[in-house]
Amino acid sequence: MIKHTPHSIPFTYKLIVSILIFISMFIAALVLGAADITVQDVWLALTSNASGKNISIIKEIRLPREIAAIFVGAALGVSGAIMQGMTRNPLADPGLLGLTAGANAALAIVIAFIPSISYFGITIACFIGAAVGSLMVFGIGSLRKGGFSPFRIVLAGSAITAFLIAVSEGIGIYFKISKDVSMWTAGGIIGTSWRQLQIVMPFISLGILIALLSSRQLTILSLSDEVATGLGQKTNHIKLLLFIVIILLAGASVALVGNMAFIGLVVPHVVRAIVGTDYRFIIPMSAVFGGTFMLFADTLARTINAPYETPLVAVVAMLGLPFFLLIMHKGGKQFS
Amino acid sequence: MARLYTNNLNIGYSERLIVKSLSVEIPDKKITTIIGSNGCGKSTLLKAMTRIISHQSGTVVLDGKDISKENTKILAKKMAILPQTPESASGLTVSELVSYGRFPYQTGFGRLTKKDHEVIDWALSVTGTTEFRSRPVDALSGGQRQRVWIAMALAQETEIIFLDEPTTYLDMSHQLEVLELLQKLNLNEKRTIVMVLHDLNQAARFADYIIALKDGEIVKAGACEKVITPNILRQVFNIDALIGQDPRTRKPMCITYNLIKGETKNEENINTISTGMCVNY
Repeated sequence: MIKHTPHSIPFTYKLIVSILIFISMFIAALVLGAADITVQDVWLALTSNASGKNISIIKEIRLPREIAAIFVGAALGVSGAIMQGMTRNPLADPGLLGLTAGANAALAIVIAFIPSISYFGITIACFIGAAVGSLMVFGIGSLRKGGFSPFRIVLAGSAITAFLIAVSEGIGIYFKISKDVSMWTAGGIIGTSWRQLQIVMPFISLGILIALLSSRQLTILSLSDEVATGLGQKTNHIKLLLFIVIILLAGASVALVGNMAFIGLVVPHVVRAIVGTDYRFIIPMSAVFGGTFMLFADTLARTINAPYETPLVAVVAMLGLPFFLLIMHKGGKQFS
Repeated sequence: MARLYTNNLNIGYSERLIVKSLSVEIPDKKITTIIGSNGCGKSTLLKAMTRIISHQSGTVVLDGKDISKENTKILAKKMAILPQTPESASGLTVSELVSYGRFPYQTGFGRLTKKDHEVIDWALSVTGTTEFRSRPVDALSGGQRQRVWIAMALAQETEIIFLDEPTTYLDMSHQLEVLELLQKLNLNEKRTIVMVLHDLNQAARFADYIIALKDGEIVKAGACEKVITPNILRQVFNIDALIGQDPRTRKPMCITYNLIKGETKNEENINTISTGMCVNY
């Protein structure tokens, strides 16, 4: 079996290779698409102030869009990895634990009540929504004596998610803003602007940075609370910190693209098969792989039925489902 | 006075205390075993002494300091804990798991120093797990896995090691393997060992000091001969025990026992006649 491979090749090489794949995917994503664009155009757009139709397409349409794809992919990959490590639950991801649904509900509420709200305001609302959603899940999951079990968290997560989706849809119908809300939440990166990126990118960068710095703590925490305490970790501090990171990453992702299932779930599992169970390796790799995966999915979405776009969520689900089935087949081995 | 002791320790909720005003000293450089029936608070006591759970009132004192006020990383250099049936993320190799024992000594990203590597190698060799070092932990047998977890606790380089039922789910020879390893660590390395055990004879054979609990209170704490007696066992486990002496170790041993039924329910005591039994191995 492949059991030994995660440890036989040094992590640095694996990271270098993935970054090379990532860069190639980035260039491919900029070149491929409905408009005819050459690698030279991409080079000029990235390195010079030259102008022209193709260069404008790259600078104003494709570049912000692909950067959004990278950041969202990285954010969801990292937040999924953190959640799986923290809850020791192979099914944990921002979609399942109420974060995405919470952010969506918050989005619907602000669009309904403060239609003139700025993009920054929407981003903050998404953070609050994600926090409230996940607190509801963790709260209900740990209501019973004995704290939260991974199993109970999943049950609470599905219930709260269904409830919050109902809230956002209810608001959408009642205030006749369903179209606006679903435009946000449909899970697209069409028309991402530089202005949106400027607001969201710092949050995601900060989240990933904190995640990287606390990755060693997460490894210890992922063993078990008792072991982590015994090794001298302040588990409650670390959990709170990681919780904030998850909210930053998931909230920012929703503000940028809305719902995006599967990424947070699948990316860490694939990454674990490559680098093993140490979160010092899983976190950076999840960021790189999540970004690459989203670039790939978006390029596919733009090209399989060009000049029409296939919805990105559909492509992600299509790519994610086989992975998901594979995890099921392997029985979430890392966690059994 | 011992380095580690509890003072009027209450654990649980005010309406239902699991451990009640318990004061006990843990003798230094000895093996202490906590015995008692299911739900008597043995594991709870162990967890409270190792700050895994917080207690309601009273204190746990280590080296003159209340552990609830002490820096947890400093404590991690003084005491190591092996929880009951620890889970481990699979795919983790033995040496990776053992290296986590160095966590309290690390800062930043946790690159292992030369000293760390030396301690890890030593922990692996003492526990006889060096040969598995690059194998995944979940590919090992129960006894091997338990030894690996003990190696992790050893890598913490603490003078006190707590173990919560380290022999559960192991067959007889693996149980002995683990207990003999702990005995060796106690004798050669002068480690203080505190563990919860279910098997009375193992407790008597390996422990220098036994704490017998019943409903969260100490029935008797002392040397094996003082605790493994028909009277104490009757109180603690509600059994009528026949105590003899282990011909090999000279320690007391419970040769056979019957449940005491008649006292409470007016039942007849049926003393079954067994056809053959293994009293020692």
